Amino acid sequence: MHLSPDAIVYWQFGLLKLNATIVFTWAIMLVLVVGSRWVTRKLSMGLERARWQNLLEIVVIGMTRQIADIGLQQARTYLPFLGTLFLFLAAASLATIIPGFEPPTGSLSTTVALALCVFAAIPIFGISKQGLAGYLKSYVEPTVVMLPFNIISEASRTLALAVRLFGNMMSGTMIIAILLTITPFLFPVVMTVLGLLTGMVQAYIFSILAAVYIAAATHSSKSKTAATASGSA
Amino acid sequence: MLIDWFTVVAQALNFLILLWLMKRFLYAPILRAVDAREQRIAAELKDAEAKQSEANKEREDFERKNEVFDQQRADLLRKATDEVESQRKAMLDQARTTADNWIAKRQQALRTEADGLSRTIEDSARSEVLAITRKALQDLATTDLESSMAEILMRRLRALDGQSKADLVAALGPASTAPIVSSAFVLPPQKRAAIQQLLLQLFGSNAPLRFEIRPELVCGIELSVNGQIVAWNVDGYLQSLRKEIERIASERTSSATAAVVAADGQGGLPGKDARPPDTEVAEDPSTAAAAPVQVSAA
Repeated sequence: MHLSPDAIVYWQFGLLKLNATIVFTWAIMLVLVVGSRWVTRKLSMGLERARWQNLLEIVVIGMTRQIADIGLQQARTYLPFLGTLFLFLAAASLATIIPGFEPPTGSLSTTVALALCVFAAIPIFGISKQGLAGYLKSYVEPTVVMLPFNIISEASRTLALAVRLFGNMMSGTMIIAILLTITPFLFPVVMTVLGLLTGMVQAYIFSILAAVYIAAATHSSKSKTAATASGSA
Repeated sequence: MLIDWFTVVAQALNFLILLWLMKRFLYAPILRAVDAREQRIAAELKDAEAKQSEANKEREDFERKNEVFDQQRADLLRKATDEVESQRKAMLDQARTTADNWIAKRQQALRTEADGLSRTIEDSARSEVLAITRKALQDLATTDLESSMAEILMRRLRALDGQSKADLVAALGPASTAPIVSSAFVLPPQKRAAIQQLLLQLFGSNAPLRFEIRPELVCGIELSVNGQIVAWNVDGYLQSLRKEIERIASERTSSATAAVVAADGQGGLPGKDARPPDTEVAEDPSTAAAAPVQVSAA
């Protein structure tokens, strides 16, 4: 029994190796990209549209609104990053229903990689939005004393992001695997359904947290200015 | 160790590739389609709004035109009604006038017919009266009556004066034809001699008289020479009587016509001056009655 799909290695050449995490990630990527391409190859601009196009529109518009609800203006700027994050995690969680499928999110390597992407994206979006000085200034808010705490917070929340997702996904598959040996038949099915729910919730939480962090990085000084203005008024 | 750093790097790369692919194949086309649809819907809404306003405008225009049309129709209807009413009135007036004229003509015709009938009756009555009188006088005519008539003739001759006498004298001149004394019956010889004697005495003429019998004189006597006639007969009285009857009839016709004219209250009927051509104007009855003796050129 493997704790992580990283342990399943299909092919290795020196440092290069092809483990289950990468293979199943490619599989999810293939499904997502090919499905998107297939649906969007003949998009209708009119009022009549295909049901798959309708589904994708609902998903895309829903994600855009969710991003906007969090407080990110120009939600479409962040849609590719946050949307892809959510879709990948959701697809990985949903795919657990397929027998023999090892979710790549059950690997700490994958969650760390995604958390690092978020960790990198936060300053990129923050700097592009407020400039380097504006972004760096957010680390000394409200006082310079908070600088180390801010840095620790930045690092720890990235770690928490990675570990939370990994723990949930790994525990889900582990619980099912353990239950299969103890109480076969009905109970693992219930747990699989529960795993689907928790997987979706975790995908949502991961994406929302990423959005919140980005929003904090892009909005900090602006929201503070607005708060000061309203306070003085 | 749970973290395989090669896998971490690979997964990060995978994620970035997926991000790029999804951006290219999912988000961009879907958002483009949504935007296009929204624009199209907005355009259609705007178009619909424009059409709505246009339709409102056209409806108002139509309603205004409809109102104007209704007004015009009402005007035309009223005008047509007025025209029909006036025409009806004119036609009724014309029909009434025609009927009145026709009634007047009918009355005139009836009146004319009645007049003609009464005139016919009067004529025949007059003729009958004259015939009866003539018959009675013929029955009464005897030699004594002839003697009396000769006496009357002689009295007339004696009463002649002025122009009449001169004319008669001229007619009894030396170159004259024999004077003719006409009567209905044979005159007694002594009366013939008396007349001859009187002519000699009054006019100096001893031209021999010729005596003729003319029954149509009825009750009368006549002396004629060279176109000059001195006569006395009952026919003169009868003529006077006829004229008197005609005068009375004419007066009655005139008064009836005047009454009709007054009743009609309008012209078109013959007035008092337009009598029928056969109606003679009666002369003064005294003048007419006093002219039984005629001296005239034949």
